Amino acid sequence: MWEVEIRGMASAHALLAGSVLVGSLVPALSVENFSVYGTHLVWLYSVCGCVAIVNITVFWLLGISPPTKKHTLSYKLSRLIRSCVYFLLSCLFFHTVVVLYGASLLESALETFSLAVLLSTLTTLRCLCMLGPNVQAWIRVFSRDGAMSVWDTSLQITTGCSVVGAWLGAFPIPLDWDRPWQVWPVSCSLGATGGFLTGLLAAPIWIRWHRKQLTYKLK
Amino acid sequence: MKRLPVLALLLWICCVFYVGIFLFVGGFLLVRLEVNRTSSCKDVLPPASNSTSPDFCHESPRVRRVVILIVDALKAEFARYDPGNVSPRPFENKLPVLGETTSSRPSHARLYTFRADPPTTTMQRIKGFTTGSLPTFIDVGNNFASSAVLEDNLIHQLGQAGKRVVFMGDDTWVSLFPKKFHRSLPFPSFNVKDLHTVDNGILQNIFPIMDGDDWDVLIAHFLGVDHCGHRFGPDHPAMAEKLTQMDGVIRSVIKRLQDDTLLVVMGDHGMTDTGDHGGESQKETDAALFLYSGSPLFPAPDAQQVEPEVVPQTDLVPTLALLLGIPIPYSSVGQVMLQLFPSSLDAPVGLSQGEALWINVKQVHRFLETYSSMAKDIPADSLSQLRTLFSQISDQYLSSIRDGTPPSPQLVASMQEYLNSVRETCRASWARFNPLKMAAGLLVLGFGCTLCYVISELSVVVLEGAMLKTPVLAGLLVGGAVAVGQIFILGYAEVSWCLGAAVLCAEALFLWQARRVCPRGRLSHWHLLTLPLLMLLLRCASLLSDSYVISEGRVVTFLLFSLGLYFPLQLNWDGLLVPAPSTDTQKPHGLLAPSLPPSVVRRESGTLLICTGILVACLYLSLSFHSCREEQGACQPSVFLTPLSRVQDSRLRNLHYVLSLASLSAWAFLLHRWLRHYGNLNCTGVCVFTARCLLPLASICMGLHWAVSATPEDTFRNLAELIRLAQVILPRLAFSLLGLGMLLLWLDPLTVFLKTRAPLNSRGSVMPPPRYRASTGISPQAELHHLIPQLYQRIRQSLDDEGAKGTDPDGRPAVEAYGLGTVYSAPLVLLCGLMGLGMLLLHPEGMALSFLLLLLQAAAILHLHASSSNLSSLQSQSSLFSVPWAPVVLWSLAASQFFHATGHLPTFPSIQWGAAFVGFPQGHTGTVLPATLVTLNTFSSQILFAVGCPLLLFWPLVCELRGTRTSRSGGGEDGDEVVMEMRLRENPQQFSSALLQLTARYLFINGAQVLASVCAAAILRRHLMVWKVFAPKLMFEASAFIVGSVFVLVGVALVMRVDSAVARLFQRLLPESSR
Repeated sequence: MWEVEIRGMASAHALLAGSVLVGSLVPALSVENFSVYGTHLVWLYSVCGCVAIVNITVFWLLGISPPTKKHTLSYKLSRLIRSCVYFLLSCLFFHTVVVLYGASLLESALETFSLAVLLSTLTTLRCLCMLGPNVQAWIRVFSRDGAMSVWDTSLQITTGCSVVGAWLGAFPIPLDWDRPWQVWPVSCSLGATGGFLTGLLAAPIWIRWHRKQLTYKLK
Repeated sequence: MKRLPVLALLLWICCVFYVGIFLFVGGFLLVRLEVNRTSSCKDVLPPASNSTSPDFCHESPRVRRVVILIVDALKAEFARYDPGNVSPRPFENKLPVLGETTSSRPSHARLYTFRADPPTTTMQRIKGFTTGSLPTFIDVGNNFASSAVLEDNLIHQLGQAGKRVVFMGDDTWVSLFPKKFHRSLPFPSFNVKDLHTVDNGILQNIFPIMDGDDWDVLIAHFLGVDHCGHRFGPDHPAMAEKLTQMDGVIRSVIKRLQDDTLLVVMGDHGMTDTGDHGGESQKETDAALFLYSGSPLFPAPDAQQVEPEVVPQTDLVPTLALLLGIPIPYSSVGQVMLQLFPSSLDAPVGLSQGEALWINVKQVHRFLETYSSMAKDIPADSLSQLRTLFSQISDQYLSSIRDGTPPSPQLVASMQEYLNSVRETCRASWARFNPLKMAAGLLVLGFGCTLCYVISELSVVVLEGAMLKTPVLAGLLVGGAVAVGQIFILGYAEVSWCLGAAVLCAEALFLWQARRVCPRGRLSHWHLLTLPLLMLLLRCASLLSDSYVISEGRVVTFLLFSLGLYFPLQLNWDGLLVPAPSTDTQKPHGLLAPSLPPSVVRRESGTLLICTGILVACLYLSLSFHSCREEQGACQPSVFLTPLSRVQDSRLRNLHYVLSLASLSAWAFLLHRWLRHYGNLNCTGVCVFTARCLLPLASICMGLHWAVSATPEDTFRNLAELIRLAQVILPRLAFSLLGLGMLLLWLDPLTVFLKTRAPLNSRGSVMPPPRYRASTGISPQAELHHLIPQLYQRIRQSLDDEGAKGTDPDGRPAVEAYGLGTVYSAPLVLLCGLMGLGMLLLHPEGMALSFLLLLLQAAAILHLHASSSNLSSLQSQSSLFSVPWAPVVLWSLAASQFFHATGHLPTFPSIQWGAAFVGFPQGHTGTVLPATLVTLNTFSSQILFAVGCPLLLFWPLVCELRGTRTSRSGGGEDGDEVVMEMRLRENPQQFSSALLQLTARYLFINGAQVLASVCAAAILRRHLMVWKVFAPKLMFEASAFIVGSVFVLVGVALVMRVDSAVARLFQRLLPESSR
């Protein structure tokens, strides 16, 4: 059972990692003068879009999300709307956090918001897909005994890695090296993406390594 | 509790760090030996030639008299005249005389950029352009106590040659050259706010003296421009006024100038855009130099010789000396300005270019020889290179003299090159370190940090074992032995090595002892890798990069923010932030982990989240109070940093004033409110008098003082006398009120109000044991909340032993004690409040907002810590009062954060000298008082956080969970009630070990930062930025540590004082009640 689950998760993660790659390649082929640093926002949104699509598709197909009790259309619609609102709120939340961390408030607000969108895509969207628009469940997942399946553990790992990656990405900004990737928010978004990829890679390995210690309560 | 051992241990830790800092700084900061020899007329030329007369002093000099006008801080930019500039700023185009004269009489006048060597402070510069030598870093601190110049200098040489030197202006000169002037008219210089005294004094005297004939050299040092820069900045109408005045002065001096007289107008240094100086940016080093002579002195401008645009400041010394026909001062390393000497083709009077250069070269060579024989710090290979270069020059020159031909241009060029390379060699070698001392300092500091860590982890064992005595004795022995050995071998003992050996030995012995007694597994290294210590590591690592040091304020805030978010995230990860799910209650009780009731959890996590929010908001808002380093290009210093008197828009000024006043009253109100809430204002002691009367009075004084100092000078002319008086009286009154408050606080720190209730039926022969109730509130509800049935376990037990028979609950006399629950923290909070007010007075008015933020943030950190320890109280296995690393790191980093957020920077030009004049607008006579005031101003945030450090220990007790257990067990009165800080009295052992642990942790964090900046200075000592970034950072960090550790000791000592007072209180109570 472990093997199956881990293999399934690894392939899902591979798909997600592939989506980041595709997100970088598509604008490289279609947009003129594309470069990750120069036209950073194009890259950022294309990665966001690809990750979002793949994420939603994978989790919809796999049916990881909690089984809904009602199957009426209106219920599903309201869930969808609530998810969208939550996503937007999470973008605003990340924007606020990034500004509080020291990003300028008015100058380059678009860049800051784009970073918030990227972070939301990498973290909140997965939460939405796996746990639904249910903040209590999100809070529960991010505690030591909160994970109830391998998917929850992988969510913990990838989310943590993405946020830590973005955090680490802020480190080179004050340095006086004058590199194109030190421009706001390039290093942070690259850090977040790097962290996300690391998390995708690390989660199956970590779960496999600790499979003896991991015991999940039955849902 | 063990008072003395704790204090002794802390004192010892501090001493270890001080010795480490002393050793390192002794090896790192550079010292230049002063050569106390003087030149004389005889040794100038003898072996040179026989063509010129042997004693050149008696030859008629090229210039007979010199007028030197020093305009302090005359920046190069001020002297430039651009007729095309239609709308000049206040400091532009205000000195047209310089430009007009140079263009209309090119052979009479020149205007140069005059480049000073850092440090660009006035006294260093006066030394520089009279002795002609280069300064070293160590000189910086002497600005307040300028003592006489002992090296050979121009003034001395002029006196030797019998020239009459008349001086007027800045009184620094008189202290530098006592009794050297023929006549001197000094005026007080220290009062930066006074723009006119010195200048008007000069203007009254200069023209009569010039018209008279009792002078050969006239030196006038104007201070107005510099003071105007300090007070208003260059971009202010007052600057235009001052510069225009200087223009007039120069014009009238030129009009009165005779043909044989040279006029030198110079600035000693420049200024930054904010009017400060002291550093080494080009704006500070580039001053103006204007030379004018009544007779043509310069070659025609179309001569082939390319004239330099920039003249180093040291070059003035040999030039003036040779122009006036006196010997060049012995230790000058300057180079004559050739354009002032005739090229040898036409040699009417005085020296020709070749001769002047030759004299200069010989003098510099002689200095180099003397210096290298005295000190070994000039590297041998460059010394030998210079020697060969000199012998070549000497041969060529002598042969050309023998041939009677003038020295060739190549020879002149090589002489100039020689002088340049000597200058560069000296500059390089006076930046030379003592690596052995530096390594010893590093070692001591590294061991010191380990020591702090070990003590903080093993505080219980260390206190029990009395482990201090042997290491200290052994250290003293070893130190003495080293001293004796040195005296035997070398003949003298060097203090630093004795201290170093003593401290290293003591440290090693202590660590060895600790290793032996330490229980197994206590010192595991894995829990070092928690996030709080990772933040500390990042902070230390950031000190190793100049970019991070430059943006240090933001880096610290970033780390603090991350650490603040760590609290809720960590608690959530441990599942403590939200109430345990109700499903768990169905499990059998044996398996269930003890958990708090959901309502308590909800309330505490609510507090926690609110505190995190306040912390984050304070962090974000504090960013707007930062000042700017010169390296930060596009950066605007905070608007709140300008003193109100400098704000020109009156509406803005009023707004700022109201804001400052509001935050000042909020500061006082919050303190009062807190003390009242915990019932500390009920008794009639002096401490309450301090809180009730002195604190508000001092705040009123401060508010009035701000109002008075903010009024523009010319608004109330008829009240000028009164205003001046108020400016002296009000701050002094505030200082003395605050000082009195602190004194009273120390004398009687207890804020406990005891109310004895008469027993209802005390007829029995045996007094029933009294029931103590310690109440903290005033209202009955509050009283119920803070009910303390067990005032003090031990008393009760002894009383129980005494009269165990009568246990009728109604028959007991009850003692109520208001404020007993916060008996330790109340005086500490009050002390912090008083000190905070005092230090706020030393800051610009706008900083009141920042101080309020500081108070709020400190409270937020304390509450964050309290509620997080409440939430995890059932989970933690650590000892009772132990404070974990996270809040201590938060507390300590907040000190660095507010260092920046109160407008300070780790650079010397950013020191707020204005603090020395608060309450002393006329200046000082001594140096101790202004230095203290400036130190208090600079390190105010470190001081406040250091004094308040023990609050981290008390706060979880103050915010203890109330009524959790009583509500469950049906109101059991004994044992489980809220006792707040009386718990500390119940466990004196644990109290002292926790206090030691907390303080050791705080010192460890600060010490680690010192160690990191010491490492940065040691590793990067050849870095481009070492004198600009790392060395000042090291000095500031080390001073912050020293000041901070002293005040940590003050805070701990106050806690001890309270503890002994509480013990005495109980002793007094005991016989009374058991009688």
